[in-house]
Amino acid sequence: MADTKTKLLPELTKGFIQENPVLRLVLGTCPTLAISTTLTGAVGMGVAATIVLIITNALISALRKVIPDKVRIPCYITIIASMVTVVQYLVKAYLPDIDKALGIYLPLITVNCIILGRADGYANRHTVAASVFDGVGMGIGFTAALSAMAILREVLGSGSIGGLAIPGISANPILIFILPPGGFFVYGLVMAVCNKLAVRKGKPAAALDCANCPGCGETGCPENDRQGGSVC
Amino acid sequence: MREFFAVLLGCILTGNFVLARFLGICPFLGVSKKVNTAVGMSVAVIFVMALATAVCYPLNVLLERKGLEFLQTVVFILVIAALVQFVETVLKKYMKPLYNSLGIYLPLITTNCAVLGVVLINVQEHYNFAVSMASSLGAGVGFLAAMVIFAGVRGRIEHSDIPDFFKGLPSTLIAASLVSLSFMGFGGVIDNLFGV
Repeated sequence: MADTKTKLLPELTKGFIQENPVLRLVLGTCPTLAISTTLTGAVGMGVAATIVLIITNALISALRKVIPDKVRIPCYITIIASMVTVVQYLVKAYLPDIDKALGIYLPLITVNCIILGRADGYANRHTVAASVFDGVGMGIGFTAALSAMAILREVLGSGSIGGLAIPGISANPILIFILPPGGFFVYGLVMAVCNKLAVRKGKPAAALDCANCPGCGETGCPENDRQGGSVC
Repeated sequence: MREFFAVLLGCILTGNFVLARFLGICPFLGVSKKVNTAVGMSVAVIFVMALATAVCYPLNVLLERKGLEFLQTVVFILVIAALVQFVETVLKKYMKPLYNSLGIYLPLITTNCAVLGVVLINVQEHYNFAVSMASSLGAGVGFLAAMVIFAGVRGRIEHSDIPDFFKGLPSTLIAASLVSLSFMGFGGVIDNLFGV
């Protein structure tokens, strides 16, 4: 028992920093850019995605010997879409403010690459327990990265944090940071800092990697002559 | 008719799916290194978006009549996945040249959130059939515009001298920020043109 425990712990912690889905694996970029304008929205998004990720990872891992390999992506999508619908209706019923902040991005968790990527890249090859730990770790990593960006953007762009105005800067915030260009800009800066730290530790810089991408698993990448490399 | 063109132009310029709504960022960052591949991917996206909207609209009417709105996400994503597969098979069998140029992009489209996004937006905004088609066409053309412009910008970055830790994705994201900033210049155009 002690032996399995020592193996499971790294599965949980690797999602925080080493394999952070947003900053190292470059997955789930759409919600990262769109929802990081307020801290409340970012935490809401992170928690919703984490819940979906844990449940789908567990289900897909449990069904990994039942689902035929050829139709696995449609099967995963059906499972993920059902779970997203459940979470979406729960949020709508009990947290209407969060629902309003997330808007269309809540049902779009269905096509969030983190979830399909972990299903196809991890859960279908590992045990249920390991997949749940992986889901928790990845979910926390996603939430942390999203919150870090949201804090930067909210403080600079609207002079508040979690909806509370910060005296001194709330009168004249730099509005551009909560607008779309600010999203790209902050993401670029945060990633540059992470790359700098990673390279100093001898790790490669973050890049779009086919190994994490569910979309082009079978046909390969259009940009690299079907060889695989850096697309999607 | 007025609403048709207002929504069409709105989705291309002010509400650009990639640069203002952050939908379809993965292919935007991934498949925009060369203009050729950017165009190929975008044409495939326009095609699937229009088809998906045409199929999902009547299905949604049916779901709403039966009180099954909670099935929307599941039905839409399955329709998109099936359509992508169907289009791929048909192209492979009957239109070989087109398949050779677009075929490799098709599997990537199922997980492109811009496609599911446009279908969900149409439902949320209660657009009628014509306006839904306008919105999906506009979304597709806006995606094409963003991809082609950005492919040109990226060509320049590749050959410029930038700090080491900004090389690759960070510089790409900062460039995207500037392209997005330029699209903000269109703010208000639609309101002034159509008075909506």
